[in-house]
Amino acid sequence: MAPDGLQVASSSEDSSLQLWKVPSGEKKVLTGHQSWVHGLCYSTDGHQLISGGCDGKIIWWSVRDETPSILRKIDAHVGWIRGLAISPDNSILASVGNDKTVRLWSMGTGEKIGEMAGHDRHVYSVIFHPSGSQLVTGDLIGKIHIWNIADGKLERSIDATPLYTENKGQAAEYGGARALALNVQRNEIIAGGTHKATNPFGAVHEPLVLRLNWADGVLKKSHACEGIPGGMVWRVQWLQDGTAVAVSGGSTGGILLFFNDTQEKEIHRFKLPTLARDMDIHLGSNLVATAHFDNQLRISGMFAKA
Amino acid sequence: MSIAHYACGSNEHGYSRRRFLRESFSGIAAGGAIVGGLGSLTVGAAAEQLKSQDMRVVVFNMHGGLSQLESWDPKPGTKTGGPCRSIPTSVPGTHISDLLPFTAKQMHHLCLMRGVNTAEDDHGKGTYLMLTGRRQSAGAEYPQIGAVAARMLNDENRGLPGHIVVTPNGGGGKGNEAAYLGPKYSSISLGGTKPPPNTAKPDAINDEAEARRHAFRRHINQEFLLKRRTAITDAYTHSYEQALRLMERKDVFDISKESTTDQDRYGKHDFGRQCLMARRLLENGVSFVQVTHANYDTHSENFIFHIEQMGEFDQSFATFVADLADRGLLEKTLVVVLSEFGRTPNINLYYGRDHWSKAWSVLMAGGKLARGAVFGKTNDEGTEVVDGQVDHGALFHTYLRAVGVDSSQSIAVDGRELPIADPAAAPIWKVLT
Repeated sequence: MAPDGLQVASSSEDSSLQLWKVPSGEKKVLTGHQSWVHGLCYSTDGHQLISGGCDGKIIWWSVRDETPSILRKIDAHVGWIRGLAISPDNSILASVGNDKTVRLWSMGTGEKIGEMAGHDRHVYSVIFHPSGSQLVTGDLIGKIHIWNIADGKLERSIDATPLYTENKGQAAEYGGARALALNVQRNEIIAGGTHKATNPFGAVHEPLVLRLNWADGVLKKSHACEGIPGGMVWRVQWLQDGTAVAVSGGSTGGILLFFNDTQEKEIHRFKLPTLARDMDIHLGSNLVATAHFDNQLRISGMFAKA
Repeated sequence: MSIAHYACGSNEHGYSRRRFLRESFSGIAAGGAIVGGLGSLTVGAAAEQLKSQDMRVVVFNMHGGLSQLESWDPKPGTKTGGPCRSIPTSVPGTHISDLLPFTAKQMHHLCLMRGVNTAEDDHGKGTYLMLTGRRQSAGAEYPQIGAVAARMLNDENRGLPGHIVVTPNGGGGKGNEAAYLGPKYSSISLGGTKPPPNTAKPDAINDEAEARRHAFRRHINQEFLLKRRTAITDAYTHSYEQALRLMERKDVFDISKESTTDQDRYGKHDFGRQCLMARRLLENGVSFVQVTHANYDTHSENFIFHIEQMGEFDQSFATFVADLADRGLLEKTLVVVLSEFGRTPNINLYYGRDHWSKAWSVLMAGGKLARGAVFGKTNDEGTEVVDGQVDHGALFHTYLRAVGVDSSQSIAVDGRELPIADPAAAPIWKVLT
């Protein structure tokens, strides 16, 4: 969702992007990638949308013009880009991908300004520390790395391996730190994904959110979810009151899950109409945008019960 | 002409009366030596000549059902194409998935069948028909390609089994792979790159004691066989003697004897080591090797699993093909990459693809096959074959023809002539040279 909450960007299996006006639902379609897009983020002023595709390209889009256009397009990774993030001061774009690298780009020029190698497997997720001095990335085998932006060095790592399953019977490795969210006020980082992947080829795996101490990486809570035999956490976010929200999508359908630090089980569960694949929350308006398998983008409101 | 005499009263299980008469009149049978066991096959002199040609077969079984769209028949930019793209190959105009960049450089050695329709979406039945060339039916068992290759191509004087199956954990090889050919042609199963179990003589037994043990065993066997010989006892006897020869040649199974450079080129992962093992076995004259690569049954997350699996397959397989070509072995080796079926063009709600046998691909190379060829075509979204449709029966005939075997011939068992390939099917002549 754009910083002002008035626009939502999504991507689809025809390799296009969609811009949705909130609340009217008016849609504009952007084409420019030659493959699916897994990485989307807005510039801090909301004027630009940046997309990272499975074609290895990053595209900067002008999205506040009547006719959105491509501002810049670069070859960024070998193979799929899995995630993008923008620094709080809007100066740096970070990207991660299947080539196991973490790359930094100038938001102003699109030039590469840094590259960090240290993940052994596909890198799925990336977020900035609110100070802008650190970058946090997560990979397939549940390694979370914390990088120093200034010198590109790996500062430390956090173990999120409960999110990784090696299913020897199916000769499959599955899971990973699919989503990350940091809350420095609470000194906590949450990592979302899946566990109990007894049949990953058959979509049998349960959603899992790990609540970890940011300072030392100690696991504080494993938020497992009963009764969801088919689910993957695609995105996690913090609400202003410290509640963690996750979206799970899989053979059990689409579910929003809410967690606090008092219990491992979720404190609230909201069943979405169909299987969800991604989520973003606009904190100012308490609106949740979810992208769904049935070609729908849904906006839900989070309001206190009357 | 020597004929095995069995206690069951049948004077042989190899030649039918009809075939014997036909070949006697043609003057061929007189030169043929039947070495006992089940199903002696084809004309003797021709069989020996075939064995002297030293042809081999290697099958890569992509267990679970490889997606043709993420391998040999990509449809980028279409509704069914998914996120993967296509790349050019060493054959101008031929593109394959971008998940196979190393294999793309070897395309000029390969022969790609893009019009396969086997009409069977069940794992077990699909595996059966792809390995036997026949549809599974009650009351009938047919030998797998490995057993047929062992029977037709293997030179037993080399002291190595003719039918070896390499699986990640050493499983398989327990079924009736050889059917009426008899257990002699069933596979020896290797777990990864471990040698067959129990191939080292126990330290407590010295060479002299070992020789005495086997002399005694042979003597007792001989006594027994004078009155009780059957095809099964022959198979037991053969197994013992084969095991002895195998023990003498167990170094063949030791890939640490390959150079470290080659070990690096093939990759240190299981599949890379198994490909190197396959090369080593073929170079030492094993007539059939099957390597299994698992798992492709990607009903969920088809694309990330194929990225992982194809990434592992690509470099090792491409290195294997290039090595066979460089060493002149590709002329004598049929390479087949098959699955039990392909995967649906439709992408399901879990980013998966399901079973699909109506329009998929099989890759072949080597022997008498055309090089750099593509045969068959699917429509724009990969849902149907629109040109050059072939099935398992035609492929099976083609495998045999590619290594010089007349696929129209029969094996005589208990007086019945059993065609080695489905007589209702025919080779794909257009891809044979």
